[in-house]
Amino acid sequence: MYQFKKALLTSAFLLGGSVAAFAASCGVDSGRVNIVGNEFPAIQTVAANAAKCEGLDVKANLTADHQKINLAGMQGDPAEYTTAIIANSSIVALMNGDVIRPLDDLVAKHGQDIPKNQLITIDGKVMAVAFMANAQHLVYRKDILEELDIAVPTSYEEVLAAAEKIRASGKLQNPVGGAYKTGWNLAQEFVNMYLGAGGEFYKPGTAEVAVNNEKGVEALEMMKALSEYMNPDFLTHDSNLTSDEWEAGNVALMNMWGSRTGRLMDDEGAEPVVYENTTVGGPLTVGDSGKRATTLWWDGWTVAKNISDEDAEATFVAMKNGISPSILDDETMGQAVWMIDGYQPAPVNQGVFDTIAAGAAPYPMLPYHGLLHTAIGDNISDFLQGKESAEQALSDIEAAYTASATEKGFLK
Amino acid sequence: MKHKTFFWFMIPSLLAMLLFIAMPIVSVLIQSVYAPHEQVIVEVENCGPFGCETSTAVDQDATRELREAEPLGRFVGNDIYTDRNHLATSQVGAAWSSSTGIGDFISKLLNLPFYGALLFTLTYTAVVTPMALLFGFVIALAVNTLPKLLKGPMIFFSLLPMIVTPLIGALILFWMIDARGVLGSFIQWIANDPDLSLKASTPLTWAMLMVYGIWSSAPFAFVVYYAGLQTVPDDTLESAMIDGATPFERIRYVVLPHLLPLTTFMALIKIMDNFRVFEPIVSFNAAAHAQSLSYFIFNDLGGETQLLSSSAATSVLTIIGVSILLSPVLVRTWRDYGKS
Repeated sequence: MYQFKKALLTSAFLLGGSVAAFAASCGVDSGRVNIVGNEFPAIQTVAANAAKCEGLDVKANLTADHQKINLAGMQGDPAEYTTAIIANSSIVALMNGDVIRPLDDLVAKHGQDIPKNQLITIDGKVMAVAFMANAQHLVYRKDILEELDIAVPTSYEEVLAAAEKIRASGKLQNPVGGAYKTGWNLAQEFVNMYLGAGGEFYKPGTAEVAVNNEKGVEALEMMKALSEYMNPDFLTHDSNLTSDEWEAGNVALMNMWGSRTGRLMDDEGAEPVVYENTTVGGPLTVGDSGKRATTLWWDGWTVAKNISDEDAEATFVAMKNGISPSILDDETMGQAVWMIDGYQPAPVNQGVFDTIAAGAAPYPMLPYHGLLHTAIGDNISDFLQGKESAEQALSDIEAAYTASATEKGFLK
Repeated sequence: MKHKTFFWFMIPSLLAMLLFIAMPIVSVLIQSVYAPHEQVIVEVENCGPFGCETSTAVDQDATRELREAEPLGRFVGNDIYTDRNHLATSQVGAAWSSSTGIGDFISKLLNLPFYGALLFTLTYTAVVTPMALLFGFVIALAVNTLPKLLKGPMIFFSLLPMIVTPLIGALILFWMIDARGVLGSFIQWIANDPDLSLKASTPLTWAMLMVYGIWSSAPFAFVVYYAGLQTVPDDTLESAMIDGATPFERIRYVVLPHLLPLTTFMALIKIMDNFRVFEPIVSFNAAAHAQSLSYFIFNDLGGETQLLSSSAATSVLTIIGVSILLSPVLVRTWRDYGKS
């Protein structure tokens, strides 16, 4: 029985994602750390390095569904997760729920060496520590574009023209890729496209939505035009599946997260002709607004409010160790645009730098924007399937948002 | 049984029902007539790696005061039930008065999330419940005629869809029907259309979800019917044979009436289950084509936006929906057994 229990404990430990190699003290020698976050290489690196602190009980739950569980997992007292790795969109939900603590005292005690621009301050209080920048930008197949004598697109109009040329050549039937899965991913593409068309989401100074306008129609029409060149199953493809389609060599042009390009360009999971010719471009534009159809993101970590001060301190030092300059090596360098000292930009990260340089807008950090994002994700697939007009889809978005924002008390 | 014995015998299960069924339903009911407090929004300055910007945030101190004064939230009566994401009474009224015809009204009605989901849920229940029972019955009859040696393995094999975890079973099918999967390619080959995609077409997605529903719930009907078949009296069957009844007539006039109570019981359970259809929608990524009330509850609860009152209202509507669907069967059961 004892053996059995031990085996059970060990497997639970392994499933929890604990890594205890290369232990070294991080300044605090006891405490519980439990990380929840998204699943992509840079975050896996951070979590693995946070787990290297000696004496700390570090667990991690990294999953694409992190946004569905992080708030609920931090609302208990004590909270299950002591830290959530979040981005500028998802920190809002944690702020609204009042489940993360200000970090000023911990920064003063343990984080004097964290560069100022990594500290995310909201209303003067440090609420998160950022460690990487991210953005969606063009990724293309150099060989296919060169062979057909197509210039690298800088706008979605050029992407459409290039896609038509590639399809006509018979090389690829569906040359465009995109994370258009109904829900969060699809909504994100609309947010990009709508901002790119020069749209504003709300009536100035209020929480009243205003997307049912010609910019909204323009954004939707462009998404539909692009979807004509996508795999017919596009409404079920999230970023992971879109990357798989790319690695299978079925796609030549797509708007993809900078944090995922490293995986596309490494020699795993794809034929050499695919990964050797995978090249990153800049952010795309739509129409003639001059704005970029993408948003800027940072990823960072927070510390839960409903945990003991000891666990909070342990979490802080473990996560700080997770983003220390020592985590950067040949393998991890290209995983992201790190904000960490000693980071050397790699060609794979150029797309994110170009997006920052082009002055793209950061994703809106408004307390009610999550509700709008959800309403968008639920209401544009009917339009993309040709079941309703763009105006109808936009008015559905507004109505769904208004109902949920009224329930939540953001609108009267 | 003496009343006292009966009471002590029943009390544990009554207590459990009170604690785990009745009280949560009451709590959900209460939740559905309250909504979160009006948010106190303050203007803040946010700074990060991309510079500083003026934005807004929820004033947590003010919110906490509000919450402590009224822990349940603000009372909104049936506002949540009638809002656009649920019964949408005013939208339905507007659609009725502005419609050019009944077809136009129906299309406007189905554009509202609740009614669109209701259409799928009811279609699913109406198709999957009888089909699963029928398949279960046919499999049970077939297995019952097998020689003894084969029965064991066949029963195990027929039960597999029920043994496989629903999410995993659905996920495996999801991969197989992918445009590049085994079944997906096969269907393209049959239809002679290389662009055909099950996942991209609403009617095909519905059909796929229902086929999955029948596949996963037929074994339950099979097990129950198989057990029932063992109790069919041999002498009645034999006398039917002597009277010259064909095998079909024996099933129609002897076996089926004997199994009717079982059928009622299974119809009850399956209608309840099917009305709450959920896993296939999630694992087939089918939300673009088909939604159900349970999917809405999951969506409201799971997201970062946490619409608790909305999910509570949908839960109550689900309970009402199940009761309405079950009422004919319940009335029938009451008539048959209640009197004795």
